[in-house]
Amino acid sequence: MHLLGILLAATAFWMANSGHYESLMLGFAAVSVVLTLILSLRFKIVDREGSPYVRLLGFLGYVPWLTWEVLKANWVVIRACLRADLDISPALVKVRTTCKSDLARVTFANSITLTPGTVTVEIQGDKMLVHGLYEANTVPESFIGMDARCARAADPKGAAA
Amino acid sequence: MPEAANMMTLDWNTIRIALGGAFCLLGALLCIIGTIGVLRFPDVYTRLHAASITDTSGAGFVLLGMALMAPDWIVIVKIVCVLIFLMLTSATSSHALVNAALTAGLQPKIGPMRKGQPEDEALP
Amino acid sequence: MMMAALIALIVSMCLLLIRALIGPTLYDRVLAVNSFGTKTVLLIGLMGFVMGRPDFLDIAILYTLINFVSTIAVLKFFRYRSFQVPLARRGEPRVEAQVTGGEPNA
Repeated sequence: MHLLGILLAATAFWMANSGHYESLMLGFAAVSVVLTLILSLRFKIVDREGSPYVRLLGFLGYVPWLTWEVLKANWVVIRACLRADLDISPALVKVRTTCKSDLARVTFANSITLTPGTVTVEIQGDKMLVHGLYEANTVPESFIGMDARCARAADPKGAAA
Repeated sequence: MPEAANMMTLDWNTIRIALGGAFCLLGALLCIIGTIGVLRFPDVYTRLHAASITDTSGAGFVLLGMALMAPDWIVIVKIVCVLIFLMLTSATSSHALVNAALTAGLQPKIGPMRKGQPEDEALP
Repeated sequence: MMMAALIALIVSMCLLLIRALIGPTLYDRVLAVNSFGTKTVLLIGLMGFVMGRPDFLDIAILYTLINFVSTIAVLKFFRYRSFQVPLARRGEPRVEAQVTGGEPNA
């Protein structure tokens, strides 16, 4: 089942990147896809994380919102870079997440890191250490919205509050 | 006057080439701004924030501009691949970098920056 | 327009090299090199478009992935002073990583 997911992903990736569909090229494609499958079997990475297609729709809804957040945060950091006086005040805060599954937590931590101005430094259980560029923007309350959206996008059905 | 008519019609190809060039230039300027931040900020943790401008909006705008100029769909697919890989890997490597710095005992500077504060020195 | 973007990218790469050269700690240097790699990806893509050969994007994809792997490899090496550290996998007994001596800062 998971093997089939990887097979489909590898074939789609090859098709999208090659653009040649002669029989010789398709033969090479089959060989390389099979080699990839053998390698991933040897690495023992054929499991649920290897083909995470179940919650693709949730992620598709999450990405546009994240893009808008990243753009807004970019503006703040760009202004900080170009100010004549360096008025930054870095801060370290502890953020508690309500996400249940590993995937949702990783999504939340990666979203914090991807947003300029905040970086996840460490994760332990459901607590995260976040370093921020401005003290005023980096309070635990400012991550509640992102946390709820991550839980909705990536947590299994029923676990989300 | 067919030539004047041609001049007046703004066809999609002209628009997208011009718009793509503008987006590429905007992205490259954002890269310069991020680099200025990397040069100005006082310690590793704050420099990382400046570098993430380059990784997110700089790369995003340059790739958006290239996608607008793409001659066929296969190039757009490749650009989307580059964008997805860049977003995933830049977040992960930023986290790995900052976590390694904290584990190694590099203390971040906290609180408002004073003027004339010296940069951090290399640990002995 | 494209040439201006190319020149701007090259200028920012040169500025970044300054940080890579003077950066006080190892992590500044790794950060600069990682960001340099991202800009190289953009430069390769733009170069392909300027030369009218967008096939360069294949190389850009590869460079993205290799840049990530090299950053992680450098960080891992300076944390454990070895590439031979087995990572713990779920369901298997955890192998304690042996951190040998040596200051992790350059």
